[in-house]
Amino acid sequence: MSVAPKNNSSSDDSKALTTSALTKDLISTAIITLLVLIPIVAMKTVIGQGIISIVYRFGMAFALTGIVVGTRLFLHLFVWHKAPSAGSKSTLTSGLKSVSFSETITKYIAPGLLIFALLFPVFTFFHPIWDKRVMDLAVYILIYIMLGWGLNVVVGLAGLLDLGYVAFYAVGAYAYALLSTVYFPQWFGTGILPWAFYITLPVAGLLAATWGVVLGFPVLRLRGDYLAIVTLAFGEMIRLVLVNWFSFTNGPQGISVPKITFFGLPFKDAPGSFSDFFGIQFNRIHFYIFLYYVILTLALITYFVTKRLRRLPIGRAWEALREDEIACRSLGINTTTTKLTAFAIGAMFGGFAGSFFAARQGFVSPESFVYIESALILAIVVLGGLGSQIGIVFSAIAIMGSFELFREMDFMKVVLPSGTEPIQFRMLAVGLAMVLMMRFRPRGFVTKREPTVFLKEKKSVSGDLVAEGHG
Amino acid sequence: MEYFLQQLINGLTLGSIYGLIAIGYTMVYGIIGMINFAHGDVFMVGSMVSFIVLLALGVTGGSGAFMIIFALALVVVIAMLIASVYNWTIERVAYRPLRGSFRLAPLISAIGMSIVLQEFVRIAQEGRPKPMQPLITGGYELMHRTLAEGGDFTVKISNMQIMIIVSTLVLMTVFTMLIQRTALGRAQRACEQDTKMASLLGINVDRTISITFILGACLAAFAGLMFLLYYNVTDFFIGFLAGIKAFTAAVLGGIGSIPGAMLGGLVIGMIEVMWSAYFSVEYKDVAAFTVLVMVLIFMPQGLLGKPEVEKI
Repeated sequence: MSVAPKNNSSSDDSKALTTSALTKDLISTAIITLLVLIPIVAMKTVIGQGIISIVYRFGMAFALTGIVVGTRLFLHLFVWHKAPSAGSKSTLTSGLKSVSFSETITKYIAPGLLIFALLFPVFTFFHPIWDKRVMDLAVYILIYIMLGWGLNVVVGLAGLLDLGYVAFYAVGAYAYALLSTVYFPQWFGTGILPWAFYITLPVAGLLAATWGVVLGFPVLRLRGDYLAIVTLAFGEMIRLVLVNWFSFTNGPQGISVPKITFFGLPFKDAPGSFSDFFGIQFNRIHFYIFLYYVILTLALITYFVTKRLRRLPIGRAWEALREDEIACRSLGINTTTTKLTAFAIGAMFGGFAGSFFAARQGFVSPESFVYIESALILAIVVLGGLGSQIGIVFSAIAIMGSFELFREMDFMKVVLPSGTEPIQFRMLAVGLAMVLMMRFRPRGFVTKREPTVFLKEKKSVSGDLVAEGHG
Repeated sequence: MEYFLQQLINGLTLGSIYGLIAIGYTMVYGIIGMINFAHGDVFMVGSMVSFIVLLALGVTGGSGAFMIIFALALVVVIAMLIASVYNWTIERVAYRPLRGSFRLAPLISAIGMSIVLQEFVRIAQEGRPKPMQPLITGGYELMHRTLAEGGDFTVKISNMQIMIIVSTLVLMTVFTMLIQRTALGRAQRACEQDTKMASLLGINVDRTISITFILGACLAAFAGLMFLLYYNVTDFFIGFLAGIKAFTAAVLGGIGSIPGAMLGGLVIGMIEVMWSAYFSVEYKDVAAFTVLVMVLIFMPQGLLGKPEVEKI
């Protein structure tokens, strides 16, 4: 087991740093940073009235270069070249520490989170500031948590990088949209409409799973990177069909669909509605609270189904597949079926979420299902630590919550150049986070990998100490 | 027939651009076995830098021929330099530290890097497409069909198309020489075959990998300039579609094979143009993606590639 020697390279670096070497390093850093920044940042092309002109911003480029060089100097002086005694503190012990830490987390944090999630809407009654905007944000975050859990089955457990996950989300959403606006009225009359969501939900899941199998079957023999590109291509294909098949999907204009009802009772200020039936004052927040509980239920179903599946032979096969495909095959595991089930189950949860998304929004259009959504969901799974379900909750809250925070950060405008809003930087931050995560904590912050089956003794291996095929 | 000939010319032009990008994918895959997902965005950076420099130089279609040629030469050099710096930095920051990490790590890092590049350019340069006056105009009539012969149609090849095809040919020749005749190319091919053995024999593998990224970026930057001159527009998102198609080209030609990448690029360009001409413009991307899927399923080793042997 190659556990210990991995971090040796960093202690090799800790030889004394000469001033000339440092200067050389900093100057080359400065040159490279300037080359990166000068054309793109320092020469901004502005499209005005029919003419394009360049606004020169060399000051900004030099300032940014200064920051980069300064950071590197700081790292050189205080981080990279620390005395060996401090630096060589074994990663093994820290790894073990993080294992026990994460054990505590899964033991106490998960139920705590669950209770908090269940009680969350109740707080809104006590706190007048927490209005429907907060509830809406919570619903939004929960959708992404659910999508993250769904994708986690494919990426985190089975180790198949799926870049077209949003396609299944789209299938679910359009299944609901088309069934509820076109087909249900045709087949059963309009009386069915208030129930449309509850009838469509399983159908949407099934449809998405079917698509998962249909798309997955031909490509699952491919190795990891090819699979990523092909799923990306599939995702784009489905979106292009949605955009261009005008007679069926109404193209880029999208479809207006009925919103979710309380088991047949719509949320509006009219007789026969939810508030009328229960004899309470009409309030928009009822709608949001109901949405919240629906998506919470769906998400929890995803969570527990995945959790149980991990204990079944199929779940173990997934994880084995992620670690070593060749070993899997030689042990007689049918890799195609194993991959296909992961794909189908992941897709099914995506379909559920899509259906819910359509019923919440009251509108679907292909614009909601672009590649960047897939990348965002993948980022949630990656930052949560591939395979860790609790991690995904935190990363979804962190990413989606920070998107909201970016919107509020007016003070940042002082630092930023005029005309840029902090909110514009959100995807940049997500991309950077993905790169940094892979660089420093490739297996996530709180995750650990613990075999579900073991011989005699249960050995935990901290994720970041393990390369592929080890552990 | 005339219509077909015209599409053939258009396909050849587009295919040249795809082929140039595809080489970057194929070389990187050959040497470190990963898809440089950000390569399409390096192409975009090349195109954007070309646009900025052309604008700063102030050349238009009205400037003299000498002026235009001089400006273009300068733009080629600058765009290649900047794109190389980008790709080199990406490799150093995002890929090199991940060698020996688990299987999906470099790919995820590459996806993150691709997002970073797109967003960086979008924020720094605004998201709107950047239009440009045509710089190289004029062309030749190759064939003319009159109304009496069944419809008025002229087969044309523009100067721009000639330039793209010819310069791609030249660049490809130079590049092939570089790979086959020089010490640098030998090191590169050695690393491709067996990295460990190459390093035992005294080849600086890290440096060779860096150079591979730089070479790929140069070709991508050139393709970016050609794209800009051909379509007279660029924006921060062109790298996405062009990247997937170029990757398709690389796979079609047999990943790891440089002539294969060029051939694949031409085939993909042809398919896309023919599909738009005879079937539907809306589904041209779907056609290209379908080719990708079909090739991977039925011919994973590609046209000129060797079948991949799985080693344990």
